[in-house]
Amino acid sequence: MNEFARNLSWPVLFGLLLLSLFMILAALAPLIAPYDPWEPGRPFLPPSGTHPFGTNDIGQDIFSELVFGARISLFVGFFASFVSVAIGTLIGLFSGYLRGAADEVLMGATDIVLIIPALPLMIILAAHTSPSIWNIVIVIGALWWTSTARVVRSRVLQLREMPFVEAARGLGAGDCYIVFKHILPNTLQVIMAKFILAVAGAMLTEASLSFLGLGDSMQKSWGMMLSYAFSRGGFINGYWWWYLPPGICISLAVLGFVLIGFGLEELNQDETAVNPL
Amino acid sequence: MHLIEVLDLKKYYSTGFINRQYTKAIDGASFCIERGETLGLLGESGCGKTTLGRLLLRLIEPTSGKISFDGTDITRLSRKGMRSLRPRMQMIFQDPESSLDPRMRIRESIAEPFKLGLRGKMSRSEMDENIMGLIETVGLNPEHLNRYPYQLSGGQNQRVALARILAINPEFIVADEPTASLDVSVQAQILHLMMDLKREFGLTMLFISHDMEVVRHMSDRIAFMEKGRVVLEG
Repeated sequence: MNEFARNLSWPVLFGLLLLSLFMILAALAPLIAPYDPWEPGRPFLPPSGTHPFGTNDIGQDIFSELVFGARISLFVGFFASFVSVAIGTLIGLFSGYLRGAADEVLMGATDIVLIIPALPLMIILAAHTSPSIWNIVIVIGALWWTSTARVVRSRVLQLREMPFVEAARGLGAGDCYIVFKHILPNTLQVIMAKFILAVAGAMLTEASLSFLGLGDSMQKSWGMMLSYAFSRGGFINGYWWWYLPPGICISLAVLGFVLIGFGLEELNQDETAVNPL
Repeated sequence: MHLIEVLDLKKYYSTGFINRQYTKAIDGASFCIERGETLGLLGESGCGKTTLGRLLLRLIEPTSGKISFDGTDITRLSRKGMRSLRPRMQMIFQDPESSLDPRMRIRESIAEPFKLGLRGKMSRSEMDENIMGLIETVGLNPEHLNRYPYQLSGGQNQRVALARILAINPEFIVADEPTASLDVSVQAQILHLMMDLKREFGLTMLFISHDMEVVRHMSDRIAFMEKGRVVLEG
């Protein structure tokens, strides 16, 4: 992480700033939100001193909804991304390390999953199961690991020929030990970049699904807010304070993650150029 | 008694599916190494020296031939049998930095053989004591222990690699051009250190190099290699 700190460019800094802002919102939601986001009141109030972003169709305070929505959106983003990167990492590690038949099978499976279009499948799954954020997490996790698997695999193919891996084999160490003790730590930087970028993607996907009405109506995410604003006339009647804030929040959060993710990827490339380990 | 006996060892790499062609990396090598002896292996680059070294430790599989280590034919050993034999034979690599895990501190790298239980059960304090002894033997300071390989020089890293190998306490070492990537002055230091260690621990060694002077200095006997064959011993 030291090298990372020294190479902070302004886009990465901006990304970190955005991310920490939303993290604080999510962590301290009950303290920051002025109202209970579920509590009804006077509908369709424009922004004012008492309601900074106005109210929605049943009079819930939009600012409070936004603050609590950060929790759900970030949670889905992080968790779904974690699942997908974990699956991708395991598959990439073993397919790259074992090579041969195992590699053929695992990469074959990766190619098949790669061609499944994610959004349509999610729509089908979400339509046939009861809508919940867990479905979204599972579907994103089950479909998005492919690119991580490929990147990790190519890194492992490079690492397994390194003398220090050969030295570990020369110690009589087992395959699992070598993979998790020597190869995984040297792959972490690549994985980290993938993870951060996947968070952005997962948040966007959650918003898309929620907007299409396939989200969890019991959870207030930014996507659900947009969905309600659309289905209950917020767009047609020009209640901009209803649909702009969640849209902007989604964009900014995704932007933040993408900036950090690209920063990490660039750092990896620089490092590989200097030191092709 | 020979510790190492190699008989008609071959390693071919094949390319092409229909029109199969073979690259003969090692083409029928036979020699032996006595216990406690250093055999120097001289040859131009690309003649298969490194391949031969890696074959002896079975880091790669031979195409045919026999390698016996202390009376056991290691080419016929199972994976498991080989794993238990591995600590008795070790390799010193040409590039010291890449032979150490870049994400591990020096202390962890040296401690790894102990942690894997290659020297029996050991308490933390015993381990620390052993590590201190080892770094003194190879001429490093305790302050180096908390650094990473990229923070040390090539010579220092090669010392670390030696300390790690001593921690394993092998009988046989393949030294694959251990000084080729070092400065001349550091080369001499490392070579002297290896001579001392060899004497002190009674090691058997295959010393691979393309440098006639270095090999003559280090070895009891010298073998030449040409196009995958060991052509002359003397």
